[in-house]
Formats: sequence, structure tokens, C-alpha cells
Amino acid sequence: MRVALFATCVNDAVYPSTAIATVKVLERLGVEVDFPAAQTCCGQPQFNTGYRRETEPLVRRMARAFEGYAYVVAPSGSCVAMVRDNYPRIGARAAAEGRGPALAEAASSLVPRTYELTEFLVDVLGVTDVGAYFPHRVTYHPSCHGLRMLGLGDRPRRLLAAVKGLELLELPGAEECCGFGGTFAVKNPDVSAAMGADKVRHAASTGAEVLCGADNSCLMHIGGMLRRQDAPQRVLHLAEILASTEEEPLA
Amino acid sequence: MPSFPEAAHDAVRNETLRGNLRHATHTIRDKRAVAVSELDDWAQLREAGMRIKDQTLRHLDRHLVQLEKSVTAAGGTVHWAADADEANRIVADLVKATGESEVVKVKSMATQEIGLNEALEAEGIRAYETDLAELIVQLGEDRPSHILVPAIHRNRGEIRDIFAREMSEWGRPAPEGLTDSPADLAEAARLHLREKFLRAKVGVSGANFMVAETGTLVVVESEGNGRMCLTLPETLISVVGIEKIVPTWRDLEVFLQTLPRSSTAERMNPYTSMWTGTTDGDGPKTFHLVLLDNGRTDALADEVGRQALRCIRCSACLNVCPVYERAGGHAYGSVYPGPIGAILTPQLRGTASEIDASLPYASSLCGACYDVCPVAIDIPEVLVHLRERVADQGGKGHRLEKAAVKAASWVLDHPSVLAAGERLASATRTLHPKRLPGPGARQWTESRDLPEMPAEPFRDWWKKNRS
Ligand code: SF4
Repeated sequence: MRVALFATCVNDAVYPSTAIATVKVLERLGVEVDFPAAQTCCGQPQFNTGYRRETEPLVRRMARAFEGYAYVVAPSGSCVAMVRDNYPRIGARAAAEGRGPALAEAASSLVPRTYELTEFLVDVLGVTDVGAYFPHRVTYHPSCHGLRMLGLGDRPRRLLAAVKGLELLELPGAEECCGFGGTFAVKNPDVSAAMGADKVRHAASTGAEVLCGADNSCLMHIGGMLRRQDAPQRVLHLAEILASTEEEPLA
Repeated sequence: MPSFPEAAHDAVRNETLRGNLRHATHTIRDKRAVAVSELDDWAQLREAGMRIKDQTLRHLDRHLVQLEKSVTAAGGTVHWAADADEANRIVADLVKATGESEVVKVKSMATQEIGLNEALEAEGIRAYETDLAELIVQLGEDRPSHILVPAIHRNRGEIRDIFAREMSEWGRPAPEGLTDSPADLAEAARLHLREKFLRAKVGVSGANFMVAETGTLVVVESEGNGRMCLTLPETLISVVGIEKIVPTWRDLEVFLQTLPRSSTAERMNPYTSMWTGTTDGDGPKTFHLVLLDNGRTDALADEVGRQALRCIRCSACLNVCPVYERAGGHAYGSVYPGPIGAILTPQLRGTASEIDASLPYASSLCGACYDVCPVAIDIPEVLVHLRERVADQGGKGHRLEKAAVKAASWVLDHPSVLAAGERLASATRTLHPKRLPGPGARQWTESRDLPEMPAEPFRDWWKKNRS
């Protein structure tokens, strides 16, 4: 099977280790991975801040970059949610505003082929045990877009539970937003920080060494708060835990 | 009114307020989840509620005309008010015509929206709130901070102090040695209010629903004080937003199930009052219905935004909102706080003022509000839609932002330029400071560290290792 990796712009620029881990997990499971270099950003930050028109070229670019692939896989629930929920809207509005049906067609062709990593592993490949090894105490934060827009349900937890040596600890108030919210963190810094502080407090109460998530944007915010407080906990993307094996363990 | 982030600044630091809000919203949200899970057809009810409201809004003109006919036929009088001023003038004139200078009120968002109490005050008419929470707010010279529990930001100790201090100013004083036990507080309010009910000749209400086919108005409540306002006075004046209409009694069936479970986590409301015009020897002799537009037809004209008019004011979205929980209801600068306020207020009032332009951004788009809304209002969708409107109008910060977004979009449409930028960021990574100046970066680094840049971007790793 051949899939296109949609690394996402944040992972490409700031968290390459997550994209590398995604490649390794998929390859370990016998999947052939491509990285179409024409990809950049799905346009979520622009769209969510109110710049819908400015997002249109990025929708077109995404559709072109991933043309011809039956599966597009991304280690980011929020970017996949952007494609699935908002691309059809952006296309429909462009058509309604008289810019033709091309964008809507491009957008809708991408939607059914785009998968979040845990969806792809569990639903398409049909695996929950990916052969990973990570002997640490871990708690999982389900990011809002994965949780509510994609309905990932317990897929990420099932994948984690199958990791050898890993002790999965329940996070109190897990389903509450961490307060990142893209530009929200900047436009409403006080409320965002208050939400983040509660998330960090809950994470600490579990006694876990690692707070795991499937969205690096949330982890950037939570991790940034942990580091500012010199907390012993660290954040890790789910893909990196899944990539860790006995032969090549993640430190 | 300052912008939302400014107004939230102090609330976030007020530990008592945050404690009160966290406790109250978490209690009610947990109960709601249980009440909703009891119904195995919740999804269908939600869908039905959404469709009924959408259909009705699509033909609102027709239904309103039918309602006017029904109300008139039942002995009531219908008045049309285009905005707050007109509605206030109509009500003040109606009260003055009775020769009275006092009215009792049942909790009503519409009259708060138009500032009726203040307008009446200016005409020498005193309006007494009779809902327990509204009474607390009125006596405390405060503003409501929640749709259903307007005094949610107060704890029992604070309420005791307000009663002991203020009740005598407004009528019957609080009993000596009042404690902060719920029973004591409720009894003090009961005695204080009874005096008002028995004296009042004019009642003012809102309504949760108006049934077009019969001209019936419906109020649901928990305390029964509203029912007293609706039945004891000689004259009843109801001020209702035009979106509150449902075509038939059958339609009501859906909402009388979803509203109580979503709002107070009850299977049905303790009191459901319905009144149709006037009846000889029973209830008010005169009935006036003031139909309020006040920005609603503008909202109706917006294809995406109009779904906000489906709202049945259950407040479920407030109780699950992490932003509301930290910022408190007052930060929203209107009688409609929380997620629904963030999309309704800027539509009713426009986005010209600082507070109204900031409301669409008062959300992390976490989607919890959409999940619980019994009429499936996609609040995140409307928020983003309204952000577009605000960004388009320019103004504070947005011109700069637009230029930045345009530049970023250009870079993102040119992968080689992006790659060069990523490489530069990685190459200079040891030089990046932990705290940064400038808009955006400063806010970010106030409470969080920035991530360290990697040695190389992913696309370079890929080139070296895989292609
Ligand atoms: S928007 Fe929905 S959840 Fe919020 S108050 Fe209105 S009906 Fe209730």
C-alpha cells in the first residue's frame, strides 16, 4: 500500500521528529510512504482567524499536491479536521460567490482520502498493536478537533494501551480544551493561560512522566507552559511513542 | 465596554468568581449529561428541533402574521417594535395608560436586551424583578452573568449580605438574623416578593415560545414566581423576540423535552405556563404582545449566521464552555453571555464597537458548545464566519493582521520559499530568545516558552534519508 504523508507545516518546520516517527511507524507496518514536496499548509490558522479567501489558494495547492493518492495521512487531528469540515465549506462559498465549481470539486475530492494517523492505523490497516515499546507512565490528552470534529473516540487510547511497557493513566478533565485554539492563545492570552494551567495541573495529578497528544499545536502550548514552570513532565506526540521500539527505543 | 480580552483579564484573576463558576457549571453540566442520556431518541429530537426552527425562520413573515391574527382574535393587542427604543416607548406608554408606577417582572432576556428597566425608571416607573436570581442581581445593582442562573457568579454568603443590606430599600426588609442557608434565603425572597405580587396591577414578561396557530405564549420556569406575574396583575405586557415563534402545538412537544433537560437537567420544567389572549374572570383583563426585532431580521438575512436564531436559551453551551468558565458572563458585555452570546450579540448589535468586534474571537473553537446544543447550532462555524466579517471591516489590529496573513499565504503557496524560511529558522535556532517582543509573540511568551527549533526541517530530512 502506498500513502502520501501530509506532514503539516508545524511538524515540517518545528516538529520534524513527529513526521519522521510517522514515516517509521507506517513503514514498519509495510506501508510505502511518499512525501509530496509541493505540500505546505492546510490553511487552518488563516481560515480560523477569518481569512477565508486567503485560504483558497492553499486548498487548491493541497488538492494538487495529493492528487492520485488513495490515502493521505497526517499526524494532526486539527489539520485533518480542517480538510474534512472546512474544505467543503470553502469550496461551496467560492462557488456561491461566483468563482466556479473547481475549488469545491478539488476540496471534496480530498476529503474522503484524508486520514488522521490513528484513524488510518485502526480503521484502514486494522491494527492497534503496532509493535511499539515505551516503558513509561503516560497520560493522554485528546485534542478538541480529534475528539469532537473527527470523533476519534478511543482509537488513540487503544493504540497506546497496546504499547509494550507503557502504563496508561487517565487524565482528569481530559475532554476539556487545553486553551490553545490557534490565534486564540494570542488574542485571549489570559483565558488561554488559565485553561492551560488547569490542563497542566490535571496532568501533574496523574503522576505520569509524559503527557501524550496527537496534535503538536496543543502540545506546543501545554509543553511551553510545563517548561516555563520547570515541571518534570514532558509532552510527546503519539506518533513518537508508537515509533519507539525495543531495538530503537525513544529516550 | 472594553474588548473581551480586557474584560476577561480581571475575571481570570478573581479566584472567588472562578471558583463559583467552576462549581456551578460543572455540577449542571454533569447533571445535564445524565438527563440527556436517559433519552435514546436524543439525536432525533435534536434534529427535529433544528428543522422546526429552520423551517419556521424560513417563513417567519407568514407565521408572524398568523400569530398576530390569533392573538388579536383571543382578545390581545399586538405591537411591532423595530428596535429597543421603540419597544421601550411602547411598554412605557402602556404602563402609563394604566395610571400605575410599578410593575412586576418575570425573568425575560428580551427586556434585559432592550434595557427596559432603565427606560421605565427614566419615566418614573419602577420594575421589580421576581425571579430569585434576577432579584439578587437587581438588589446587588449587578448585571446578570448567565442566561438561566443570572447570579451564578455569587455564592450564598454574598447573597445573604445583599439581601440583608438592600431588601429594605425596595420593600419588605430581610428577616433579622438571616443565615446563608438556601431555605432561609428562599423564605426571605418569598416574603419580600409576595408583597409585590399582591400589590402589582401590571406584569411584564417575556416568553420561551409563541404558538402561531393559537396565539399562545409559553413560559417555563422553576420557581412559580413567573406564574404569579402572569396571572395576578390586571394588565400583562409580554415583550418577545420574533424568533421565538413555533407554528403549532405539535412543534412545542419537541422543545418541552429538550429545553428542560438541556437547561436544568430536569425531565420537565416544574412550571409551564401558557396564556392565550384574555379570559373573563381569569387572569389579566388586558394583554399586550410587543414583538421585538432589534437586529433579528439582520441576523436572518445572513445565511450562515441565522442559525443563531434557533437558540432556545437553554444555556447548555455556557455550562460546557471553558472560556465562559474562566472569563465569567460579564466579560461578554451583553445579556447573552457564553458561546451563544459570542455569535448572537455581534449579529444583533453589529460589529462596530470594540466589544462586539472582539466577541467572535472569544472562543478556542473547541466545539463543546456545538456538541451539547439541543438545536444543533454550529457555533464554531458561525464564530469563524463572523471573524471574517470583523477581519474584512479592518479596524484595530486587523489591517496589520490581514497583511501578515496575505504574506504568509504567499509563502505557503511557494514551497521553495517556505523551505528556505524553515532552513533559516533552524540555522539560527541558538539565537532565538525565550521571550519575545511584538504583537503575538509577547502574549505567547508571557506564560509559555516557545518551542526550540529543530536542527533541520522535515523536508530536508526526507531529502537526505528517503528520496
Ligand atoms: S446556543 Fe444552543 S446550547 Fe446555547 S443556549 Fe442556545 S439552544 Fe442552548
